[in-house]
Amino acid sequence: MTAQEVRLCALLLQEHFGEVVEKVGTHLLRSGALNLRALVKKSLCVLVQHGMCTFGPGRRGPAGPLEYRVSCERILYMLRYPRYIYTAKSLYGDTGELVMEEILQRGQMTMSNTVRTVADRLTQNMEDGQSTDYNDVVTAFSRLVETHFLQRFSEVPESPVGGKGGVQMKMVTWVQELQRKPNWSTQRWESRAVHTHLCECIYPQHQPLRCNSTPPALSPQACGDEGIYWQVNVERFHLHFRHQAIISAVASKLDQTSSEIVRTMLRMSEVTTPANAAYTQAVSANEIFRAVPPSYNISRPILDQYLTLLVDDPMEFVGKAGDSGGGMYVVNLHRALANLARATLESVVQERFGSRSARIFRLLLRKRHLEQKQVEDFAMIPAKEAKDMLYTLLSENLVQLQEIPKTPDHAPSRTFYLYTVNQLPTARLLLQNCYKAVGNLIDRRLFETKENKRHLEKSQRIEAILGSLQASGAEPAQLAEVEEMITAPERQQLEALRHHINKLDSSENQVDETIFLLESYIKSTSCSR
Amino acid sequence: MAGRGRGRGRGQLSFCMEAVGIAKGDNLPPSTIQPTALFPPLEHKPVPLQTGEEAEYMLALKQEIRGTMKTLPFYIRPVAPKKDVERYSDKYQNGEPSDNTIEWSPDWRRLPKELRVRTKRPLIEKTPAVPKQSKQPRVDKEEIIRKLETLEKKEEEVSSDEEEGEKKKTEEEEAEGEEEYDEEEFEEVRFALPFSQEENLCGTLQSEENLCGTSVLQLPVCVCATGNRLHHVIL
Repeated sequence: MTAQEVRLCALLLQEHFGEVVEKVGTHLLRSGALNLRALVKKSLCVLVQHGMCTFGPGRRGPAGPLEYRVSCERILYMLRYPRYIYTAKSLYGDTGELVMEEILQRGQMTMSNTVRTVADRLTQNMEDGQSTDYNDVVTAFSRLVETHFLQRFSEVPESPVGGKGGVQMKMVTWVQELQRKPNWSTQRWESRAVHTHLCECIYPQHQPLRCNSTPPALSPQACGDEGIYWQVNVERFHLHFRHQAIISAVASKLDQTSSEIVRTMLRMSEVTTPANAAYTQAVSANEIFRAVPPSYNISRPILDQYLTLLVDDPMEFVGKAGDSGGGMYVVNLHRALANLARATLESVVQERFGSRSARIFRLLLRKRHLEQKQVEDFAMIPAKEAKDMLYTLLSENLVQLQEIPKTPDHAPSRTFYLYTVNQLPTARLLLQNCYKAVGNLIDRRLFETKENKRHLEKSQRIEAILGSLQASGAEPAQLAEVEEMITAPERQQLEALRHHINKLDSSENQVDETIFLLESYIKSTSCSR
Repeated sequence: MAGRGRGRGRGQLSFCMEAVGIAKGDNLPPSTIQPTALFPPLEHKPVPLQTGEEAEYMLALKQEIRGTMKTLPFYIRPVAPKKDVERYSDKYQNGEPSDNTIEWSPDWRRLPKELRVRTKRPLIEKTPAVPKQSKQPRVDKEEIIRKLETLEKKEEEVSSDEEEGEKKKTEEEEAEGEEEYDEEEFEEVRFALPFSQEENLCGTLQSEENLCGTSVLQLPVCVCATGNRLHHVIL
């Protein structure tokens, strides 16, 4: 965990869970130990609930005090929540989106809880009189579970939850069981009273209901799924994002049809390929032909041509693994990730230092080690400028000097000095820069908000007044009068503030995409070793 | 080798200038004497942000998540209230900050027991309930009753048996390890005992608890008799 990562984690925790949790989290990140005081206990509960903290027997063995460990990665995934929710929306519609949002916000939830909350939210957004059928939500939930986007939260060490495969099987059968219960399919929540009562009863579901009023016919305990918690399976989402990145790279390099073919190949081998594999399982050309969506109307010989093109492409996304079944083809996942990371590095150098420096950088990436003179010759850049650019890159640590001595005493006049670029360390360096960048963005956003706090509060108050006036049916003259309480320059300032904050937020989202690419690449290299 | 380099080659660098490409008499950029500026001017302007439906939707999602997280019970605000003057109503208005703990209660079976925060109601806090007592209520009560009964017997019988006295002592030594307030009661008892024990003690001359008692009682005897025969007199 580097200093930048810790700083970013601290800011993220503070935003979502408050200062106290932030302090606890950063303290745990920096050391490994633990103090137990009252507020600290609450913060730990919050962190464990969200899966960011794990506990287990400590260094002194099972008899000693428990030790808590906070996972830095898991906190950094909080940057990606909007992306997860958007993916769920694009795959499973609004219902899926709401389900994902609820579970992400609460860390882990039981199915009954989620379904109930989501149905309520949908009902709220619809017109009065209509209501949501629970079945829709249950179907969306079960589909998310079947495609592994949601998984069981198995934290308790004693419970005999054996392996992910076993858990998945249990999930499917259990989901079917739940759908058979008569309570679910026939209930329609139309009255507000029952709705609010149920909202009160939702949270203390494993303790006796504290409210003294009589519970309705469908009490929380009747659902029968106590103790079964679900959480978001971030690894599955990451797999999906990686595939998306590969497909869009193929689409931009070649054309839409080839990207469609690659998408088909990835879809077919999704279930059979183990996570973190270097290659997908081989699929034969016959299978691809049958699986390609019919709207593309690709005939067999054209498909073969496309496949040959993909294999011959220098990007090496697709490789040929054999000749049976019309040709066995694999998608080279790790190589694709390495290429994507390299493209990212090159584009970063290009945007920061100009296209000629980028040319030198690409040259060094391809040719590995070059002398000063060779760099000038190959890049076709005059000596002085080449020198300048090389030294700038060297000072930023993007390029390294490698000494190769001719004599054992390493005399400077008799040593080769070669410039070189190592992709992996450079990727790590850029990743740390990205973390620092997001940290700075969040800092700046908090600063801007703090500066204009007075304005923001005033505008919120006026909006509240306007809202209450409109609800009680006031005249337009009164409304206009209230609106004039904000002066024009103040309005402009607020507008500018909103614009800045939007920009900073969307920058965070974009930097996170780069972070994801670089992280995947670094992880893939460590896996293959 | 290191000594040689330090003494002679002050102006030499660790690498050869020519190999890296700096010829003699070249115009080098001025060497930097201070750390780089905090906000250096950008030579190349950054690429504009992505816009489009997807980017805007994700932006809206992000802001919405931030907003809703603040209302959830997981957002723990520091409890320190800043009061200028203590008000009378504070005693009766403490309900609000503790609402967070009641609103969200996780499944305690999945969390370690030590994390459970017991919510104490403010009114009940004033009762002098000491948590230590709850651990061994029954054991203490029985022992207390036993000891009180024996004490009653002691007070009634001024001259008690030697065995009872020794039993008392062993009981005292056991009771010393337990509650503190028990000892307070026994201290009074201990002062009462030595005077009665003194007359009946034959075998044991020296006992730690009764040192003060023995000296007081022996004084008149010592004065009368000679020092050599002290022990005979006592016996």
